[in-house]
Amino acid sequence: MVHGIKDNLAPLHLHVPEPKFRPGDKADFSDIIVPEVDAITRPDEHASPADIHALAYGLVRVLGDDNQAVGSWNPGLDADTLRAMLRKMLLLRAFDDRMFRAQRQGKTSFYMKSFGEEATSVATTMALHSDDMCFPSYRQQGILITRDYPLVDMMNQIYSNSGDRLKGRQLPIMYSAKDYGFFSISGNLTTQYPQAVGWAMASASRADTRISAVWCGDGSTAEGDFHSALTFAAVYNAPVIFQVVNNQWAISSFSGFAGSERTTFAARAIGYGIAGLRVDGNDALAVFAAMQWAANRARTNGGPTLIEYFTYRGEGHSTSDDPGAYRAAEEYALWPLGDPVTRLKDHLIAIGAWSDEQHEALILELSDFVKASQKEAEQKGILGHGLHHPMETMFEDVFEEMPWHLKEQCEQMLEEQRDKFGPEWEAR
Amino acid sequence: MTEPATKTMNMIEAINSALDVMLAKDPEVVIMGEDVGYFGGVFRATAGLQKKHGKTRVFDTPISECGIIGVGVGMAAYGLRPVPEIQFADYIYPGLDQLVSEAARMRYRSANDFICPMTVRSPFGGGIFGGQTHSQSPESLFTHVCGIKTVIPATPYDAKGLLIAAIEDNDPVVFFEPKRIYNGPFSGYYDRPVEPWSKHDGSAVPEGYYRIDLGKAAVVREGQAVTVLTYGTMVHVVKAVVAEHGIDAEIIDLRTLLPLDIETIEASVKKTGRCMVVHEATRTSGFGAELAAQVQERCFYHLEAPIERVTGFDTPYPHSLEWAYFPGPVRLARAFDKIMKD
Repeated sequence: MVHGIKDNLAPLHLHVPEPKFRPGDKADFSDIIVPEVDAITRPDEHASPADIHALAYGLVRVLGDDNQAVGSWNPGLDADTLRAMLRKMLLLRAFDDRMFRAQRQGKTSFYMKSFGEEATSVATTMALHSDDMCFPSYRQQGILITRDYPLVDMMNQIYSNSGDRLKGRQLPIMYSAKDYGFFSISGNLTTQYPQAVGWAMASASRADTRISAVWCGDGSTAEGDFHSALTFAAVYNAPVIFQVVNNQWAISSFSGFAGSERTTFAARAIGYGIAGLRVDGNDALAVFAAMQWAANRARTNGGPTLIEYFTYRGEGHSTSDDPGAYRAAEEYALWPLGDPVTRLKDHLIAIGAWSDEQHEALILELSDFVKASQKEAEQKGILGHGLHHPMETMFEDVFEEMPWHLKEQCEQMLEEQRDKFGPEWEAR
Repeated sequence: MTEPATKTMNMIEAINSALDVMLAKDPEVVIMGEDVGYFGGVFRATAGLQKKHGKTRVFDTPISECGIIGVGVGMAAYGLRPVPEIQFADYIYPGLDQLVSEAARMRYRSANDFICPMTVRSPFGGGIFGGQTHSQSPESLFTHVCGIKTVIPATPYDAKGLLIAAIEDNDPVVFFEPKRIYNGPFSGYYDRPVEPWSKHDGSAVPEGYYRIDLGKAAVVREGQAVTVLTYGTMVHVVKAVVAEHGIDAEIIDLRTLLPLDIETIEASVKKTGRCMVVHEATRTSGFGAELAAQVQERCFYHLEAPIERVTGFDTPYPHSLEWAYFPGPVRLARAFDKIMKD
């Protein structure tokens, strides 16, 4: 012992959180409380945050055990809308599968799937207006898919090929699509939080009608940006919707390292005096309903809302990690809130608007569509196979106008290429 | 053509005038920061602007530099032209990720999809007994980041013209204001009376709009014996020392550190054959190191003596020993002796 114990005081000890299950353990989620649908009914969209604290600790649900949509949160979507939602979620899943495989085939350097979390990007986007501004984290490709951004353009970005709108500058999946209300993704987590607030403040200051929505994960709520953003949003009553996709895992660190052993992520809202909702993230209708509530509130100057989607990351963090090395193998299968695609499908079947045959046919159709898109994208190249943007573009867009030192460095790089590949490179 | 109306202004008044002109000229310009609204800023740079232009154009913020700069990035993405103030350059570090990873890279990473026309103003430098948290000169942290322009004025006239150009620039600019010379140029002799700006040429400031292009240095004294590359407060200290010792120095006020006006620097050093770089910031990896490297790459065969660096020491800015830290007249005179010896 470095220091002697003084005055017979008990020694302090440091608590380092540990997840309940590790590889080899049998996962048991019986301690997760899944309240009844409508355990807390839907409040008025202009309810005072102080009057709805319970919603930050509860779990908004719409789909009951019998697969029917019930209760005060039921958004009452018609069958066409529900089928469109299912279609987008399945397309996202098909896209993820294909691109994950493309990375394994060496066609690109990196990919991240959203398996198990599809509702949190698809159903949310469907509840927004198409010109509302989305500030995604890295696992919300469902926003682009929901807004009909071309799959080929997404793939071109993933391949950093000659068709990549971002000119091969960004890590795969870090899309940017201003025309689709999709902000440039950063690899530095939660930086988009204050940015979404700034965008919303700008919109409000211009008497615009558009709002912003921002996503982050459970782990990255620990970043200072998260707290700066919530402070600013509360101070200026900004029309912004904060979303925490609590998928339980931040690479290999469980949500306890972001504070989940003590409280919910939705409860962070309470300290800031803003509305907080905790939602079953695998219930697409509950996700839609929560977003709709928050969007209506924001759009009518009711201020910001923090929504936590309680969900589960069904796959690894990215293509760069093996979840089998840090968590129990069957966690996803045992997850008490099920799978968002299966639950929406079961609901559609329960209301007589869908069938297993239609479902299988749709999966095949979407798989073919993704394959055809991939074929088209690969005509413009895959990572590391030559078909990229011209070399000089490396130096463009650092500034609006290229300063002399970048021109000098660009010339140096071109000379290096001439040395390396000879005069025929010049002719290309 | 009539001369535009000019007025004698100190540097704070010139900065206030630049902000006023831009708020009136461009409805997208917004100003925010700690205490900048009703109160008008701890150095009074935004005095009267909220009253004149309204609370949605000029407003106070929470004490969160990460929030201020991050919100600025979002406002710029929306289409505004934010001009946040960071109360002291020493406080800018909580906002560094938003500046370095976000503002600076936005144009590049999105291939022009989103841009960040934001000007971050911040008082910097010492000489005011501000201790280590109100005296720093962190400019080289920003010149090292690709995608940010770094601007430092040395006179009221330059401050206004450069600030207007910075606000109009479509890329992020860090605009450091040498607070020791807000109210008057500084000779380096802290025990002598402060000379007011009204006695200096640079205080005749047009009341309306004008701009000084970024990336252009100013030769503030022509000379044949040695080139001095400097900026901010040190421009005036160097001028005083050169006058006192009768040195025929060519003094270049860089005004913009990045993009650097390399042509003016190269021509001068080739003419004089000697080069001294002077800044208040700490020495190691300071901007002087970059200047020395650029000069030796371009002018090595014209140099008659090693390049001299006159800087602050590699310690935190001390409170009681401020004047032993500051690169004042004694340190400069010794450096001139050394560089002129050969």
